Amino acid sequence: MQLPPALHARLAGAPGEAEPLPVERDPAAGTTPFRFAARQVRFPREHEFFEDGDVQRHLYLQDVLTQVAGDPERPRVPEFTCQVAGCCQVFDALEDFEHHYHTLHRNVCSFCKRAFPSGHLLDTHILEWHDSLFQILAERQDMYQCLVEGCTEKFRTSRDRKEHLVTRHLYPADFRFDKPRKSKGPATPGPAVQVSAEALGGDQVPSEGDAMEVCFEHTELPPEPSGERRTYGHRIPSTICFGQGASRGFKSTKKRNKHQ
Amino acid sequence: MRGRYRLSGLCSPLPVLILVQISSSSTMWSRRQRRLRPLSCGVEELRCRRREREAALRKARREQQLVSKRLLRDEDPEKAEGYVAVILGEAEIQQFLRLAQRGTEEKEREKALVSLRRGLQHPETQQAFIRLEGSIRTLVGLLTSNQALLQLEAARCLHELSHSEQSTVAEACLPATSYLLTYLSGHSSDFIELCLYTLGNLIVESEAVRRQLLPQGIVPALAACIQSPHLTVLEALGYALSQLLQAKEAPEKIIPSVLGSPLPQHMLQLLQPGPKLNLGVAVEFAWCLHYIICSQVNNALLITHGALSTLGLLLLDLAGAVQRTEDAGLELLACPVLRCLSNLLTEAAVEAVGEQMQLRDERVVAALFILLQFFLQKQPSLLPEGLWLLNNLTANSPSFCTSLLSLDLIEPLLQLLSVSNVVSVLVLTVVCNIAEKGPAYCQRLWPGPLLPSLLDTLAFSDTEVVGQSLELLQLLFLYQPGAVQAFLQQSGLQALQRHEEVAQLQDRVRALQQTAQHG
Repeated sequence: MQLPPALHARLAGAPGEAEPLPVERDPAAGTTPFRFAARQVRFPREHEFFEDGDVQRHLYLQDVLTQVAGDPERPRVPEFTCQVAGCCQVFDALEDFEHHYHTLHRNVCSFCKRAFPSGHLLDTHILEWHDSLFQILAERQDMYQCLVEGCTEKFRTSRDRKEHLVTRHLYPADFRFDKPRKSKGPATPGPAVQVSAEALGGDQVPSEGDAMEVCFEHTELPPEPSGERRTYGHRIPSTICFGQGASRGFKSTKKRNKHQ
Repeated sequence: MRGRYRLSGLCSPLPVLILVQISSSSTMWSRRQRRLRPLSCGVEELRCRRREREAALRKARREQQLVSKRLLRDEDPEKAEGYVAVILGEAEIQQFLRLAQRGTEEKEREKALVSLRRGLQHPETQQAFIRLEGSIRTLVGLLTSNQALLQLEAARCLHELSHSEQSTVAEACLPATSYLLTYLSGHSSDFIELCLYTLGNLIVESEAVRRQLLPQGIVPALAACIQSPHLTVLEALGYALSQLLQAKEAPEKIIPSVLGSPLPQHMLQLLQPGPKLNLGVAVEFAWCLHYIICSQVNNALLITHGALSTLGLLLLDLAGAVQRTEDAGLELLACPVLRCLSNLLTEAAVEAVGEQMQLRDERVVAALFILLQFFLQKQPSLLPEGLWLLNNLTANSPSFCTSLLSLDLIEPLLQLLSVSNVVSVLVLTVVCNIAEKGPAYCQRLWPGPLLPSLLDTLAFSDTEVVGQSLELLQLLFLYQPGAVQAFLQQSGLQALQRHEEVAQLQDRVRALQQTAQHG
């Protein structure tokens, strides 16, 4: 297909519309037995006209194997420590650090040092946990905001909100980031603490993941039903901290020691 | 192998630890490194497999079952050569999960999950995994733990599961979706990317899955996430969204809420030509737009957001890129852009918006022809789509018809007549669009290669091609003095004769014979 050389120049040139030649139609044009009429055509979704292009699109989807560095093959850098106060986790790959930082230090409550997966959940937590005005208002009006972004519903109690999350938004009943806040006091063992998935075989092993709760009571760990303890707390080298933010991590350790 | 660092989201108060280099290259059409899956067979076998896959896709499309998943996997090129996924049994899976959950050393726990993830590349391991009671619960627990690297590995395991062709395996991931959506509002780009591809795979799995994801707020979650500055996240998001929009029930159940969200404006922004345009990202969002537009839910809204001018400028950009590089990936973007433009042009709303929102720039025609030439060489199956746009541009526009004449594009257009019947019909239709505007137009079509080309097409056996040729002849006889005579001189009557008995053509043939013989 030979294109006129001036075409490329036209493409690079200024925008503009051609001055149209005069239009003059004869009524006989396109009359029976002829049928031509200039008309635009539109094709709906499933039209077979799109078959070829769709197939090419899907071949592309199937072929493309997008690479994401994640394995030890990632480029290594000299070891460095997380600089957040009190956190002493060590890294030798930038992406690992990046994920660590975002998971544990980015959305951290300045009051209680809990970490949250998003700014949205952090804001909700601060409001519901650390804002005394909230508590006062909550006695009289619906203050508990639905956690799903875009949903503007508010509720009188966090339990009502949970109900809404489950029935309206099909959230799991044990959604990790919506544990009911219990009143401060001696910790009571209960569903609130068994936050991680049940271990295989039925033993309960609470993870360090307490930090992620929107509402969560104190970190007192209940005595294990089977007598198993988080004994590994002692065996961790001092250079490693489990990230809940430094102060909380150390506090937890102390409390664990108390229980021994 | 990722050979670059990303300065993503490491803003103050964190002190900068290491000098990092921002990744993207400076070319306009920069795209992230992408590899095709490693294959261990010869070229002939490759071609054969591709043909088979193509046939399977065509069949699926005809049955409206076109579903493709995208796999995100990290593979060391050297290792991948001889690597075979290990099949793990239930006992081994259980062991790995236990270790991941309760191991004493962090590295140990991570390694356990890595081993599990590798095993999950194999369908049999996947089956064993879902058979094992509590396995998903444990995996979700690890996904939501505060151990960043375990989280990442758990997400990778889920991703492998989501990619399965077995519904039972993919649907096993459902308990994780509320968390995947929650994490989209986070900041760790690698992790978000993974969640998005996983969601994209799940979305396409079944309507049942989507019936869960929609109330869980996937549309607002995506709308929040599209503001990410990371190209990798954007491409993943585009993919997930395109899968959502491609769903059968999308026109009624999904597209209205997408149109009601900030997503359309952001999509159009990401398609604007300029130094920030990224091919991988643009491809995904162009396909998103196509699925929205061809569903014809509320295209007027898109037009008021400037879709026509954005896509028109993008088309110009594409034509420019095509001239500069031999990049075969450009047709992946060209296809949906052509479709969007063609369909949008048919909307009545076009007339209602201001001039700058419309498509009137003559350069669009120039761009289109440059793309047609590119298609002819690289992807002839896209010629009909390009010509469809040309039809929609010229049908009601004396200005665009004039452009084709003044830019000397008739001859190149006619050169496409030998490609295929479908293409020939479209070419002739476009020429008819020009001719029907009257004598001033026909005069510029004449003499030139038009008559010889028409005599050639009259020799075709395809009735549609011949039919369209007859229509064009009528217009030329009507508007161009001397056309009849030239036709007779070049044995036009004989050319007509062979179609005298064909049912769909008879009447028109006779009418033309009459005109030719009696004036």
